[in-house]
Amino acid sequence: MKDEVTTRESRVDALGGMGCKRKRVEDARFTQGKGNYVDDIKLKGMLFGDFVRSPYAHARIKSIDTSAALALDGVIAVLTAEDLRPLGLHWMPTLAGDKQMVLADGKVLFQGQEVAYVVAKDRYIAADAVELVEVDYEELPVIVDPFEALKSDVVLREDLVAEDGSLPDGAHGPRKHHNHIFTWEVGEKEATTQVLDSAEVVAEETVYYHRTHPCPLETCGCVASMDKVNGKLTLWGTFQAPHAIRTVVSLISGIEEHNIRVISPDIGGGFGNKVGAYPGYVCSVVASIVTGVPVKWIEDRMENLMTTAFARDYWMTGKISATKEGKITGLQCHVTADHGGFDACADPTKFPAGFMNICTGSYDIPTAYLAVDGVYTNKAPGGVSYRCSFRVTEAVYFIERMIEVLAIELNMDAAELRRINFIRKDQFPYKAALGWEYDSGDYHTAWDKAMKAVDYDGLRAEQAQRVEDFKAGKTRKLMGIGLTHFTEIVGAGPVKNCDILGLGMFDSCEIRIHPTGSAIARLGTISQGQGHATTFAQILATEIGLPADSITIEEGDTDTAPYGLGTYGSRSTPVAGAATALAGRKIRAKAQMIAAYLLEVHDDDVEFDVDRFVVKGAPEKFKTMKEIAFAAYNQAIPGIEPGLEAVSYYDPPNMTYPFGAYVCVMDIDVDTGEVDIRRFYALDDCGTRINPMIIEGQVHGGLTEALAVALGQEIAYDEMGNVKTGTLMDFFLPTAWEVPNYETDHTVTPSPHHPIGAKGVGESPHVGGVPCFSNAVNDAFRAFGLRHTHMPHDHWRIWKTANELGLHG
Amino acid sequence: MSKKMHITLKVNGEEQEFLAEPRELLIHTLRERLGITGPHIGCETSHCGACTVTLNGKSVKSCTVFVAQADGADITTIEGLGSPDNLHVLQTAFKEHHGLQCGFCTPGMITRASKLLEENPNPTEEEVRFGMAGNICRCTGYQNIVKSILAAAAEMNAVKEAAE
Repeated sequence: MKDEVTTRESRVDALGGMGCKRKRVEDARFTQGKGNYVDDIKLKGMLFGDFVRSPYAHARIKSIDTSAALALDGVIAVLTAEDLRPLGLHWMPTLAGDKQMVLADGKVLFQGQEVAYVVAKDRYIAADAVELVEVDYEELPVIVDPFEALKSDVVLREDLVAEDGSLPDGAHGPRKHHNHIFTWEVGEKEATTQVLDSAEVVAEETVYYHRTHPCPLETCGCVASMDKVNGKLTLWGTFQAPHAIRTVVSLISGIEEHNIRVISPDIGGGFGNKVGAYPGYVCSVVASIVTGVPVKWIEDRMENLMTTAFARDYWMTGKISATKEGKITGLQCHVTADHGGFDACADPTKFPAGFMNICTGSYDIPTAYLAVDGVYTNKAPGGVSYRCSFRVTEAVYFIERMIEVLAIELNMDAAELRRINFIRKDQFPYKAALGWEYDSGDYHTAWDKAMKAVDYDGLRAEQAQRVEDFKAGKTRKLMGIGLTHFTEIVGAGPVKNCDILGLGMFDSCEIRIHPTGSAIARLGTISQGQGHATTFAQILATEIGLPADSITIEEGDTDTAPYGLGTYGSRSTPVAGAATALAGRKIRAKAQMIAAYLLEVHDDDVEFDVDRFVVKGAPEKFKTMKEIAFAAYNQAIPGIEPGLEAVSYYDPPNMTYPFGAYVCVMDIDVDTGEVDIRRFYALDDCGTRINPMIIEGQVHGGLTEALAVALGQEIAYDEMGNVKTGTLMDFFLPTAWEVPNYETDHTVTPSPHHPIGAKGVGESPHVGGVPCFSNAVNDAFRAFGLRHTHMPHDHWRIWKTANELGLHG
Repeated sequence: MSKKMHITLKVNGEEQEFLAEPRELLIHTLRERLGITGPHIGCETSHCGACTVTLNGKSVKSCTVFVAQADGADITTIEGLGSPDNLHVLQTAFKEHHGLQCGFCTPGMITRASKLLEENPNPTEEEVRFGMAGNICRCTGYQNIVKSILAAAAEMNAVKEAAE
């Protein structure tokens, strides 16, 4: 028997399936400079597109003179809105039910807006031509403050005001003002007001989550190639959702969907930046159709930061109530959401503020109410989920700051306040006051593990001593302890309430087993660094009993991959990962019938064992999956079709709810505002763990993006609507020098409804990390009377906080 | 369009000779003209390091070097560091220690690291972090990049010791 056990273990190991730290199959090409990113694509006769962009944030366009540009040798065309109008392509629909100008139609609404599109023989000539296009602007009053926008007489979007001056409903109902987009309400308004009015303790705060940008290292871009001979359009691009892009291109261009092939090649990071459809894509497609040759468009960094896909910009005003003992009784949140010049937020259609209604967080809050007002301003459109599920980072930041403020109000320890309010393990599935049904969780176990790991009481004692030392003039450094317990909502989502432009947010996997026992699987998602080719093969290896090394994973080509909604919002594992497991199980079901036939027993008399089907009670009688695969192609089996293939489209019954407990310890120099992160402990519970190496890598990366956002990264505008952070000189991306080493830990609470119990992890560290860093900064000054200070906590702002608290003597 | 210049370069051991506008950026020479697409463009302002190459023995960001400035130079890119059958120790170490995710920064990162280890074959973690601060990665948080470089240094030193 001992032999048998060893053999079984070695067979499991040989698969490289779920749970092992499999090395990445993607790395060979990337480490040798053989990745294939969109700007690496070079086609015969390919032209380059480049944009003339508005220097003004709000202006009327009086005229555009393209003659000098057209006269330049090597310039093929200069497109303006007038050229696109006959095609109906001067405007395009946004993902949020609004519409957006592809090229400026009479006016511009933000600095950097696309005004004309130059097509030239190379990128240098295109850049020269951009300089030669003469645009005559008439400046208009600029609004960069959403609160001012709601009071101003200045109409930003004349196209959304009827001729009689009335305001037609928007995509999400009535509008209160010409610069108002929507109001979205969830929860019980009256009941919450009553709870707050009669509460023993109420804490109130306004929390601004500043505008920032996902800024992947590779900017957005595409290559459009219209083959006029066979009528087919091929579009390569940095698309996080290639199938959705195909459908959108078909709908707006009128080209039938079967004649469009969208390919996402290797993508150099996405983080939400590459979900949307941008004017560059539309103009490149039009230019290729017009010229009959391929056209490439690649953003430069400044264009990327200024125009495609900002994130956040939420003003969140909250009230949280509790008993004197600290039991939370109610929560109210009002958001003023700055959406910029067009509402191009990438959210499921029915959720104009994404899943902001997860803002009750990890806590058992009986009564709550949320209202969000979307507002137009003279800023870039976007509102994407930068390394988070839809607006979840805003929600978690809000509740985790409110908890800290409440702790101050109660004069209570913030860790203990969290502890007594966590949703208990026995309450799952838990129906939250704002509608979601949390599938599973064990918050107390995770929290206690975290507190023990960092010696929380010891840290607080050290901090108290530091405050004494500071007051006694022995040190100029304060110590901050940042706490966060986050609950994410990812894996969008159930088709019954989640769609984008009417496309249900299911996902898919198609598997073909080859005769010799290897396989290819294709998915509707697309990796941008997450390592799908590695991890999805691991899921399949465990499900179908063939080695992960014998399974190719392919994504991103709409001609070959099954339809899916792509990769963002941590949805790949929860949705496509489930489809992969279920498609694998279909393979296994057929394999079982083949095995039974080969072993000459009834189907029910064989069972799956790692990499084979064995006769029940007679383990020496078996057929390996490799043998079964061959039989599927070379034997005529009565009642069974030849071949071994399966496809699964998975419509998730619920979202998944990853959670985690984070602790950050930092020293702050009150005289310079500099921050030294001494320790960062991150415990993540993402359910079943597919590849611990990759999970750890995702956590490191997400925390670093969180550090950036919390401690300095922002898209800032001046009062004229000029972007002040348009290059990497001003827009903070941390380097190896600024980033600490992180300690990672985990608990495992599998999702009860997911086929393999996995919940998704890529965004958790960002969602949990931002409040954790911010709480640490705020906490450092708690002993000196600080309640809340806004992010980003760069050196200057921290210095200012210290100064306002009188700490500079 | 300005007058073209006669340029000679040695790239990854191969002599290259061509006419180019002096304003052509070295990164475009490599990527567009020579088809060497390992080095990438991330910022065009010298901040991100995705375009890092070794030029006359120094780590250089090729997005802010005119090809005219590089005339006569000896250049090594990621493609010149190793081959599929004979990988550079760093190429193996980055895979082994999960030092990359999307891969976009990786060629510049490894090219820079190779130079760093030439300059300082036995760096501390702090020296690696400082020496790599000109190369930005958005995915990994650097922890595993630092680990990969330290592991490569240790391995290179072990090989050198064994040879001595």
